[in-house]
Amino acid sequence: MNNFSKRSYIIIAIFAVVGLVYIIRLFSLQVVDSTYKQFATNNILREIVQYPARGLIYDRNGKLLVINKAAYDLLITPREVKTFDTLQLCNLLEITREELEIKIQEAKDYSRYKPSILVKQIPPESYANLQEQLYKFRGFHTQSRTLREYETTAASHVLGYVGEVTASDIKNSTYYNMGDYIGVSGIEKTYEEALRGTKGVQKKLVDVHNRIQGSFLDGQEDVPAQIGKNVTSSIDLDLQLYAEKLFQNKIGSVVAIEPSTGEILAMVSAPTYDPGLLVGRVRGSNYAKLVADTLKPLFNRALLAEYPPGSTFKILNVLIGLQEQAINLYTRFSCAGPASTPIRCTHNHVTPLGPIQAIKESCNPFLWNTFRAIINKGKTSADGFNMWREYVQSFGLGKKLGSDLQYENKGNVPTEEYYNRFYGAGHWNAMTVRSLAIGQGELGITPLQLANYCAVIANRGYYHIPHVVKEVEGEELKADFLEKVNTNISEEFFEPVIEGMQRVVETTNASVFMKIPDVVMCGKTGTVQNPHGEDHSAFMAFAPKDNPKIAISVYVENSGYGSMFAAPIASLLVEKYLKGEVEESRKWVEERMLNIDLIHPKQEN
Amino acid sequence: MAKRNNVWANIDWVTVLLFLLLIFLGWINIYAAIYNPENQSIFDVSERYGKQLIWIGAALALGFLILLIETNFYVFFSYIIYGFFILLLILVLFMGKEINGARSWFDIGGVRLQPSEFGKFATALALAKYMSSFGFKLQRFKSIVVIALLILAPAFFILLQNDTGSALVYFSFVLVLFREGLSGVILFFGSLIALLFVLALVLSNLILNAVLIGAVLSIFLIMNTRLKQFGIILIIFSLSIGIFFGLNEIVSTEYQPADFLFSGGLLGALITLIYSIRKQISNYIIVTVIFIGALLFSVSVDYGFTNLLEPHQQVRINELLGIESNPQGAGYHVNQSKIAIGSGGFWGKGFLNGTQTKFDFVPEQSTDFIFCTVGEEWGFVGTFVLIILFLTLFIRLVLLAERQRSGFSRIYGYSVAVILFFHFMVNIGMTIGIMPVIGIPLPFFSYGGSSLWSFTILLFIFIRLDASRLDHLSN
Repeated sequence: MNNFSKRSYIIIAIFAVVGLVYIIRLFSLQVVDSTYKQFATNNILREIVQYPARGLIYDRNGKLLVINKAAYDLLITPREVKTFDTLQLCNLLEITREELEIKIQEAKDYSRYKPSILVKQIPPESYANLQEQLYKFRGFHTQSRTLREYETTAASHVLGYVGEVTASDIKNSTYYNMGDYIGVSGIEKTYEEALRGTKGVQKKLVDVHNRIQGSFLDGQEDVPAQIGKNVTSSIDLDLQLYAEKLFQNKIGSVVAIEPSTGEILAMVSAPTYDPGLLVGRVRGSNYAKLVADTLKPLFNRALLAEYPPGSTFKILNVLIGLQEQAINLYTRFSCAGPASTPIRCTHNHVTPLGPIQAIKESCNPFLWNTFRAIINKGKTSADGFNMWREYVQSFGLGKKLGSDLQYENKGNVPTEEYYNRFYGAGHWNAMTVRSLAIGQGELGITPLQLANYCAVIANRGYYHIPHVVKEVEGEELKADFLEKVNTNISEEFFEPVIEGMQRVVETTNASVFMKIPDVVMCGKTGTVQNPHGEDHSAFMAFAPKDNPKIAISVYVENSGYGSMFAAPIASLLVEKYLKGEVEESRKWVEERMLNIDLIHPKQEN
Repeated sequence: MAKRNNVWANIDWVTVLLFLLLIFLGWINIYAAIYNPENQSIFDVSERYGKQLIWIGAALALGFLILLIETNFYVFFSYIIYGFFILLLILVLFMGKEINGARSWFDIGGVRLQPSEFGKFATALALAKYMSSFGFKLQRFKSIVVIALLILAPAFFILLQNDTGSALVYFSFVLVLFREGLSGVILFFGSLIALLFVLALVLSNLILNAVLIGAVLSIFLIMNTRLKQFGIILIIFSLSIGIFFGLNEIVSTEYQPADFLFSGGLLGALITLIYSIRKQISNYIIVTVIFIGALLFSVSVDYGFTNLLEPHQQVRINELLGIESNPQGAGYHVNQSKIAIGSGGFWGKGFLNGTQTKFDFVPEQSTDFIFCTVGEEWGFVGTFVLIILFLTLFIRLVLLAERQRSGFSRIYGYSVAVILFFHFMVNIGMTIGIMPVIGIPLPFFSYGGSSLWSFTILLFIFIRLDASRLDHLSN
């Protein structure tokens, strides 16, 4: 009937061989081999995840900013739990019976077989008591974790904080599991991969009393945890602390940059908060309080607040004018003082005046004349405007700089389309948008951008993308940070405007507040019109004039003229950074700034 | 017309008894796997053992129903049944519920059905029908194409559901084809290539090359009648491998021992080839050519794997083969499984006595890893008996298939035997660390309605066919 019926024997033989192999294997596994019997009858294999210590964070001079402290989680494996003394456990954990029952139920709902965290972040003191008594509680065990501890209260916005992973973090990465920690903001977030290290795993055998009996297979399958890499921040702790001190009772921000590298030396957003508040079991409630605070301490003004640049922007318009030969060093425009139209000038000064003098006097008519000349260089106003806009953007304004801090605001430099929509194409010209000449109107700039713009002037035409990390242990710094970003302005045009900026610091009425002995500082004040209240005081500066070491931007909200608050604060910071101390002769300026309270009197009104 | 025989008198009660024994043992082991002292009732339907009892009741009813249906029904409707389940396999891709990353379940009012389980008996029916049709010849090209389509279509859709394990089951049909006359050479080379592919990835190059050379030399030794010729070949190989090692000693290079073995083996094989062509020893020529092919194939697999595949594809294959042990994943399960089985010893710990300590690990303990419970509680005695029970069933099925008069029944019978065998081999092999961790159930044992029902249908259709074997005088 069928020629191949003999093949049934081959198939039966295949079945038999597989069966025989399995029987032999089972015999060796169950009878001969004692390896698996050593894991005595009642032992359980438990995988203990080894959490590496997070990398430390240093300031630029090697001072520790962020370290770790130990804490412990208590885990429960519902399947293994035996009757236990609930009251005793509640006392040890300092929680109520109801809380404990709810948590145990949650753990059961998650899995009866897998351990889940019952109580998080038990401090070492309570842990010592707990560990002694733990043998009474079957099905419970602990694991050690590290929490952040801060050596300083400063720089919270730069350092950022660490929190538990969210569902989306777990989904987007294979590394994270429920309950892991992850950097949520600041350096902690950007450098998460370097800082976190790599989790390890230890396979242990535990007996029925939950005591570890030894390693599984002598630890052959253990994977050691790798400690996180240390990160050296570019922040200068002394400068940062001093800046935060000067900003007590004020709202505003400071950004200081080393022009030659783009390293951020200090970044303050006031009011600030103590980073230690966002660690451990108190984190949740403290976070809620900070979010509810009307002064928004969690809001990083240095990166996110957008102000008009005010008169600080005049430098840029003069530079563009010189580059485009709309003006030259011999150009003179006259100024009618308060009677000038369309923008009046509040400063009393000689007339007519040239560009250097105009910067010193912050002369509005000179600037709108210059601005008009620039815009009129184009075939149409729109052409001229686009050309102007390109120059502005090359200074890092109106775009994200690409620093290593998240959530930069890109600020605002209006586009041709914006004005076309507003006025209609062809129905606007330089004078329609004249506010741009003096840094008002639609312009928006963040304190970081202002500091970077100042660094461009200090460097005579280029910048490095600002960044807060100087070095990651064993890694190369991102190549972008090492490259120069050039502007479209020739180096030669910077000297005259810098000359003007030096005169601002040294020869105006406000010089008394900002002239630092033996240091040539160049700066520019700004008074930012604020429709919601008192004007904001702004100031940018760099020093020394030759081979600058620091470029700084200061905004003090609702405080009035730039020369009143922002300039003295900036000068104190520059002095502190360059000389290490503020000289006796200027202690009165320091006193004056420290004592001013711009927050609380308002609340009394 | 043939005289109709009484179905009940002709049923093979040995098979039915084996079936009943296996589902009963499965059920008490599921109970033991989930056993919880707080809730001891074995009939509690909120627990899996309670539910399994319901599935078993339904399965028995299903089996009974199948025995009532005329055999002609299966023969006439086999293509329609096949088409229906292919349709379900496609539909589940769109309307299915995703569980553990595989979109293989229909959720009908809380009852989950897995069409891939039922695809097996449908494919077996269609295959039996096609291969038993009048004038069918396996050797024809067209036949091969149709058979390949019949088998690979369901496998393809199951693969799309991301259920690799169930898709692999369809390869077991190759054994049926072999019984029906598929050339043994194809089976041999197919297995050789598959074996080499796995070995190339699992073993290091050095060991693989050594194994290949060792294998070819042993073959020469076995098939040789005169020791002189074997001696010559041994010298050829030793010299050519020696040359490469020696060269490396003189001019130190970056090449590894594996490379010397490879080049030496290749050179040796080429010289042997020339030698055997000149001496006109045809067996030698065949063996050498196969050896050269195997050597080159294993190198190209290794190359292709590291250079052509994306990293995530490599990880998946590695995980499948158990090379890369994900501490949270497959490797962990196998360790736990081996501890549980190994700790059972010769006599086992006794019924329900293992439960306190073992298997705190996998939710699959009542499904894919049910064999662990047997191993721990019943020891080697239990696992031995279980394997013998399964083997008896498989061999019984082959013998029954052989006694069929119709090609349809025979082919279907073989399909049943090999499908069950494949599940048995992979599932138990996985728990004792011989096979990669592929999640497919142990027939009649693992918890789950779909799999139990599909195996019951698969088996009982054959029991029904066998019961009426005397009816058919045609074919």
